[in-house]
Amino acid sequence: MSLVAYLVVAALLMVAGLAMVASRRSLIHVLIGLELVLNASALNFVAFDRYSGGGQEGQLAALFVIVVAAAEAALGLAIVLHAYSSKGSIRPDDFRSLGDS
Amino acid sequence: MTGEVLAFSLFSAMAVGGAGLALFHRSAIHSAFALLASFLGVAGLYLNLGADFLAVTQVLLYAGGILVLYLFGLMLVPPEGEAPRPGRRALALVLAAAPVAIFLIAFLARSSWGDPSRLPEPEGTVRGIGLALLTPDGWLVPFEYASILLLAALVGAVHLARRSAPKDDSP
Repeated sequence: MSLVAYLVVAALLMVAGLAMVASRRSLIHVLIGLELVLNASALNFVAFDRYSGGGQEGQLAALFVIVVAAAEAALGLAIVLHAYSSKGSIRPDDFRSLGDS
Repeated sequence: MTGEVLAFSLFSAMAVGGAGLALFHRSAIHSAFALLASFLGVAGLYLNLGADFLAVTQVLLYAGGILVLYLFGLMLVPPEGEAPRPGRRALALVLAAAPVAIFLIAFLARSSWGDPSRLPEPEGTVRGIGLALLTPDGWLVPFEYASILLLAALVGAVHLARRSAPKDDSP
């Protein structure tokens, strides 16, 4: 397999995640899309690490991406719970008190 | 070589197919389970790339930890009557598909990247990663920063989720 094949898979994952964030059906969908984007970036790190020969810096960077994703999931879900208990809704369109209504 | 191609196509189909299902499925629970398939496919791709420790970590943390967290979140928040907005979703999909085309064309134009014939044999990575994480001139400082980040995220998540609790629990 060439490096390009892995990069294409990662690009497809990232685009699926971006589309989930952009279509914003609910706050949880937005968070799931963010997870996909982070996964795609980690896959890119590992693929470049494998094909650049020697060293494990790419795998270490992917490890840190996973750590950041765990922190993001915990905080994001806590924010979603808080938003639900204060507004009674998790649709992103309902949170626009700073915009022009 | 053919085994590698077979494994790559299987796992990448799992990853991309799971992501597509998560994108297009209407219910959030089904999206979360499609995300499980996607995570497992990415773990298989890690194995294919010779990153054994990372593949196991992916299964443990993503499929075991983060996904369960999402399922708990989905069960604590009742499902909304999701108002479908076909116009906006189609626009989002078109906007997201444009970068794909650019990516694919840019990558295929310079497809001499990563010559697969000169790859070294994959070997175990656990020892190397462990040594790199715990040597001071290696990745020790980012490692400690990561633990501080996780502690801050834990405290913040508990604080945020707890503020809302008394309102619901009080009779």
